[in-house]
Amino acid sequence: MEDKTFTISVYSENNVGLLNRISGIFLKRHINILSLNVSESEIENVSRFIIVANTSEKWVKNIVGQIEKQIEVIKAFYHTDEETIYLENALFKIASSLLFDEKQIQNIIKDSQSTIVTVSRDFFVISKSGRRSEIEDLYNKFKPYGIMQFVRSGRISVSKEKMEISALLESYQ
Amino acid sequence: MGKIKISGAEAVIRCLLAEGVDLVYGYPGGAIMPVYDELYKFQDQLHHVLVRHEQGATHAAQGYARATGKVGVAIATSGPGATNLVTGIADAQIDSTPMVCITGQVGKHLLGSDAFQETDIIGISTPVTKWNYQVTEASEIPEIIAKAFYIARSGRPGPVLIDITKNAQFDEFEFSYEKCTGIRSYVPVPKLKLDKVAEAAAIINQAKKPFIVFGQGIILGQAEEQLKAFIEKSGIPAGWTILGLSALPTDHPLNVGMLGMHGNYGPNMLTNECDVLIALGMRFDDRVTGNLKTYAKKAKVIHFEIDPAEVDKNVKTEVAILGDVKEALNAILPLIDQKSHESWYNEFKELLKIEVETVINEELNPTNNKGISMGEAMEMINKHSKGDAIIVSDVGQHQMFACRYAKFNSTKSNITSGGLGTMGFALPAAIGAKMGRPDREVVAIIGDGGFQMTIQELGTIFQTKVPVKIVVLNNEFLGMVRQWQELFFDNRYASTNMINPNFVAIAEGYYIKSKKVVKREDLDDAVAEMLASKDSYFLEIMVEKENNVFPMIPTGACVSEIRLS
Repeated sequence: MEDKTFTISVYSENNVGLLNRISGIFLKRHINILSLNVSESEIENVSRFIIVANTSEKWVKNIVGQIEKQIEVIKAFYHTDEETIYLENALFKIASSLLFDEKQIQNIIKDSQSTIVTVSRDFFVISKSGRRSEIEDLYNKFKPYGIMQFVRSGRISVSKEKMEISALLESYQ
Repeated sequence: MGKIKISGAEAVIRCLLAEGVDLVYGYPGGAIMPVYDELYKFQDQLHHVLVRHEQGATHAAQGYARATGKVGVAIATSGPGATNLVTGIADAQIDSTPMVCITGQVGKHLLGSDAFQETDIIGISTPVTKWNYQVTEASEIPEIIAKAFYIARSGRPGPVLIDITKNAQFDEFEFSYEKCTGIRSYVPVPKLKLDKVAEAAAIINQAKKPFIVFGQGIILGQAEEQLKAFIEKSGIPAGWTILGLSALPTDHPLNVGMLGMHGNYGPNMLTNECDVLIALGMRFDDRVTGNLKTYAKKAKVIHFEIDPAEVDKNVKTEVAILGDVKEALNAILPLIDQKSHESWYNEFKELLKIEVETVINEELNPTNNKGISMGEAMEMINKHSKGDAIIVSDVGQHQMFACRYAKFNSTKSNITSGGLGTMGFALPAAIGAKMGRPDREVVAIIGDGGFQMTIQELGTIFQTKVPVKIVVLNNEFLGMVRQWQELFFDNRYASTNMINPNFVAIAEGYYIKSKKVVKREDLDDAVAEMLASKDSYFLEIMVEKENNVFPMIPTGACVSEIRLS
């Protein structure tokens, strides 16, 4: 079976140690987690993990089963890229002088639909949300001018189809 | 109970008592001393067995749990005490044994500071526990221990570790105890779907060559009677995994024997001939299936399973029946046609005949002046125990002989380390089994290698006077590894020969009655004497040095490539 990119969504209680338990399931199968994001979910006190990994569908099924059987995990799902709306966020820290010396920089910012978060005397910070390729594209455009710092967040995503957890979660409210 | 102010340590004891615990295994040390102080005060209600190494505490707790169906409890201190539990915890995890381990931990203010005997036992035990939790406030103790027992015993059972910082043991709080009856994120037993049961029944009724394979799920789910009724009504031959052994009496006519690497010839060969494979409470371990690409390819697989993560993990199922196996079997029984699959059953009998002629006869009656065989030793134990003993086996060749040749009349009688294959398991596990079931004869079958991994538990036997019977089958080799070296590594016996001490002298050093048998003609009387003894008894049997366990499915081969020699 061919490896693909899967987005795994985990709804769980907010407990110390659960992240370790979940990452261990990837570790024992020697699968690298490509990106990980943990946040509150739409339900109070319920956390949502978004984990991206490259693997086969058979393995992702097994992994989701093994995640779901952890005591504090409420439900886990996996989706292909086509089944989700997803994006990442990136921050670029760039020397302020470039903003004035290099006219092209302003065009890049405008064309990429990124936003300037802050401007100071020495540097300015640009935020860009979007698909990985859009962020990489922007990165490549800034690179020749010099990037002081770059950071990209883990993937966040929502599924297109309703996840069968909704009713269960409603009972938690 | 009204609200009274007590220490966290006393709360631990009161929680254990509230869970019906009357026996714990453990070893004291600095970070768990407040709990031991309370054990001292409560000794008339809660019996603590001092083992000789913390690993022994876990295996004893496992033996107790496997023999009784109750939760086993092990207690240890922080640091090395806690890390010594890990092997037993991993064993309990893979063999689904209900166990609660309680470890002491340095005070909360010292956590993360590399304090004396501090170790991150939560981090270490996470991959091998069903659940674990670090208690840092005394007031958390009742709720967490209640959860620990609930999680350990419910659904697919497993080990839970609770790590309690020393301040939480000392601090006082208003105690009250409520049993845990549910956790919102945890579904221990999936709800049985009757349409799946009906679908499975239709497939079973259509089958020409159906085959049942059952595992420990039958024992854990207390479904032995339902299994028997299902087998007898459907007329379907049934094979077992080594953890399923004893769920069905070994002399039941439809019991066709052991599956897997050293299992019987018929059930392995015919796994690849059956048209419907009915798996009951087993997880298709690689030692059972051999090569998955060629496993049971002619069969529609029906999987009765409590753990959804096991469905389709290794073998693709046609119908998965999730839920409690007893409830599921009760539901399917009325839908099953009364049948006998005579010609199909005869295929098993034919293959058994071949196995008897080529393997079993020679094992039980060795020719060519060979020394005592392990099969003979097991057969002698059968003769005197009449199949009523609990057999606790260690890991290696003797384990395979024990499982292949031991006779069992009743359930929960075969206790062995199946999934993890932990050498050193049997001696402490036998202690736990005997303490849990003092009414039963308990015989540990151990190799000379595994015996020396937990040999110090002879001290526990001496101190507690627990009347377990210990049989060491001594071939002066790490026999299973030697067998592989012979078969797959051109007889290069790398580090498998054992120069052994005088085991009888060691056992006698612990004041345990002992005997050594070298000659075949002495075997009968020695086994009889051992089983007649009211006290613990150590019997060393010198066996043929280089015997191999057959049949055998070489690693990676398919089940029907099983070799008879």
